Amino acid sequence: MLCLRGDRSAAWQGIRALRSSCALAAMLAGLPGPAAAQVPHPWQMGLQAAHSSVQAEMQSLNTFVLWIIIVIAAFVAGLLLYVVFRFNHKRNPVPSRTSHNTVIEILWTTVPVLILIVIAIPSFRLVYFQDRATKPDMTIKVTAHQWYWEYTYPDQDGLDFQSYMIPDKQLKPEQGGLRRLAVDNPLVVPVGKSVRVLLTSGDVLHSFFIPSLGVQRYAIPGRMIETWFDVDKPGDYYGECNQICGINHDGMSIEVHAVSQADYALWLKDAKTRFSVNLPARPKRIRLAASR
Amino acid sequence: MSVTTHDGHQPGPGLGHQAFEQGHAAGHGHADHSHTPGSFFVRWFCSTNHKDIGTMYIILAIVAGIVGGSLSMIMRAQLLHPGSHIVPNGQVWNAIVTQHGLIMIFFSVMPALIGGFGNWFIPLMIGAPDMAFPRLNNMSLWMAVAGFFMTMMGLLWGTGSGSGWTLYPPLSNGTYQSGPAMDFTLFSLHLSGISSLLGAINFITTIFNMRAPGMTLHKMPLFVWAQLVTAFLLVLAIPVLAGAITMLICDRNFGTSFFDPQGGGDPVLFQHLFWFFGHPEVYIMILPGFGIISHVVSTFSKKPIFGYLGMVYAMIAIGVVGFVVWAHHMFISGISVDSRAYFMAATLVIAVPTGIKVFSWIATMWGGSIEFKTPMLWAVGFIFLFTVGGVTGVVLANASLDQYLHNTYYVIAHFHYVLSLGAVFSMFAGFYYWIGKMTGKEYPETLGKIHFWMTFIGVNLTFFPQHFLGAAGMPRRYPDYPDAFAGWNYVSSIGAFISGASVLVFLLVIAITFSRKPTLGANYWGEGATTLEWTVPSPAPHHTFEELPRLR
Repeated sequence: MLCLRGDRSAAWQGIRALRSSCALAAMLAGLPGPAAAQVPHPWQMGLQAAHSSVQAEMQSLNTFVLWIIIVIAAFVAGLLLYVVFRFNHKRNPVPSRTSHNTVIEILWTTVPVLILIVIAIPSFRLVYFQDRATKPDMTIKVTAHQWYWEYTYPDQDGLDFQSYMIPDKQLKPEQGGLRRLAVDNPLVVPVGKSVRVLLTSGDVLHSFFIPSLGVQRYAIPGRMIETWFDVDKPGDYYGECNQICGINHDGMSIEVHAVSQADYALWLKDAKTRFSVNLPARPKRIRLAASR
Repeated sequence: MSVTTHDGHQPGPGLGHQAFEQGHAAGHGHADHSHTPGSFFVRWFCSTNHKDIGTMYIILAIVAGIVGGSLSMIMRAQLLHPGSHIVPNGQVWNAIVTQHGLIMIFFSVMPALIGGFGNWFIPLMIGAPDMAFPRLNNMSLWMAVAGFFMTMMGLLWGTGSGSGWTLYPPLSNGTYQSGPAMDFTLFSLHLSGISSLLGAINFITTIFNMRAPGMTLHKMPLFVWAQLVTAFLLVLAIPVLAGAITMLICDRNFGTSFFDPQGGGDPVLFQHLFWFFGHPEVYIMILPGFGIISHVVSTFSKKPIFGYLGMVYAMIAIGVVGFVVWAHHMFISGISVDSRAYFMAATLVIAVPTGIKVFSWIATMWGGSIEFKTPMLWAVGFIFLFTVGGVTGVVLANASLDQYLHNTYYVIAHFHYVLSLGAVFSMFAGFYYWIGKMTGKEYPETLGKIHFWMTFIGVNLTFFPQHFLGAAGMPRRYPDYPDAFAGWNYVSSIGAFISGASVLVFLLVIAITFSRKPTLGANYWGEGATTLEWTVPSPAPHHTFEELPRLR
């Protein structure tokens, strides 16, 4: 748990190194992986920790609804237990013939309605909040393929690269690589910016799902679907493809690097060189009716 | 509702009738001599008898249930540890996932609850000699059997059909599932769909036209009501599925592009059509279970059903509202935000009639003199576990939270709580409740209770941890997963193996029951069992109600 706090406050450059020390500490503690908040951890029972404004809202709504359903389930369980013991044939040999009670029937119709309204009001608000970024700072186009993600930055001269999950055999756990989660080229975004995501697919359906950022939409061929997220802290955030897409459905994970604005600028510069082959060629002037 | 009469004991209106009654009572061989079942082939393969057809449906359901259950054992073995290779590759995995779903839904739950118990007990409960269209009934049965064979081809041919049971294109189209396996799967759904349609038409006609004199709709047993609502859902929903899969078959084989964006089609259209069928389908699976649970609870509490009319109209409401909530399965398919808000609101509404049913069952038990025979254990287990599945349904209905929980193991946990622990518990409740009526033989009580407790522990151990996995973000249909999910997956698999072992106990129960001699009387549950099937001998004779019963 120490590393969890360290991981959150660490600058981006230090993250890789820190993660490996985390992995070491975790191995010493007998845990299978680093216990950072952005990834699922062993025996986790609740939602992943929130690192975007949408996910923070979802966390609180989920907690609210969870308590309501726990109370309802416990209430029904309590009633059942009471009935089972109190109205056992040994204890209550003569059954009553009651089969109507208008008051109680009205009660158990109206009270659930009220509970549902109490749930629905904050939920409606959240649905509209989740829908799209009001003032997006940047746009990323995500194209899903069998079985990798393609990230395009239309605002950055069409910077475009592909992101593959690192297969088990090439994984280097000692460097903090998480099995079935780590990728070769993560999606990099600046912290605190509102990121508009445009999703589409090159082949079959996929789903772009990052739990800790509370973002999920299908990638559908022939459609462009919009969603958004913002990241509150620098760090790595993991997700996975969440719609069955063929033989390697479990082999196209998502890794998001959130960095400071300055580091983002550095990364952009580097990425534009590294992925320059993918950059679209500068459009030539097209001449209609060749000049003669 | 008071049923105090049955054939042979009701003073008839006229002299001739009286004379007939006496002769009839004296003979009491009842299983009519002029209508002997006939040779083995004629009796079972050309059957037009609702009881024989019901029995065969139940056999189909048990066989298919064992096949589908074995597939889930393979899946849980693969998921026991991360990184295992019990299933050779992702396509085989996807084929197993697909056919587990289809087999359980179309060839186990539906044949058991609708074809099996529906065929057996609708005529008995409404005092009809048989179904309205006995030959149609035979056709329904064999269509379902043929469909089951075809779905097995879909599993075993080549690399199988790995689209998931939702069959979403483009993954299910000719490019991505190129072999004939996918076509087998689609045609198996056509066969099963025709079977269900014909069965539903038969049920509706029977229930509307062949009720015994005096049995008005508002006096009809709840099980029959449940089957009636289910039959209407089938008639309205199945044709939409049939249309969708026909279009898919055309896309695959005849070059159309209903769902292919390159030809102007739309993959999301398929999702709308599929779920317009698919959501009513989940009520098709659970409503007959509601009916069974009502009877079992009332019988063993020795009390009439509490709020009978509320129960009837709650089922009708669930059926009606069930048709206008389909896109809650598509919250993240890019439907507009206003659509998400509407479908969320409509879905939440369904919690109200469902709540009415749960509370009415508890109120039926309240003040009763409850005997905990095996069927009642299953029924009480059903009420609690269905409630758990129901409240997680309320969570998932929130389009806001579904943005996270969609397609995670939370969803798997939710629908197995309402189906694997709901519908299946009601199937077992019905089995233990009626097996004596169907065979005249008594099931072994202690072993039945062991079967219940093993299943109860097994399925809860399997599915409860899946809520945690889903909350932690584990996607469904994954043969391998990040190591952090190992712990709960291990627990879940152990639970699945316990449930698997409980099926062996169930088979033992069947073997012991059938090895016994028929000793049971007409109404072996006593005063609490008040519907008409308890007025005929056990086993129910080949032909019943040649003399129509009269109800006060």
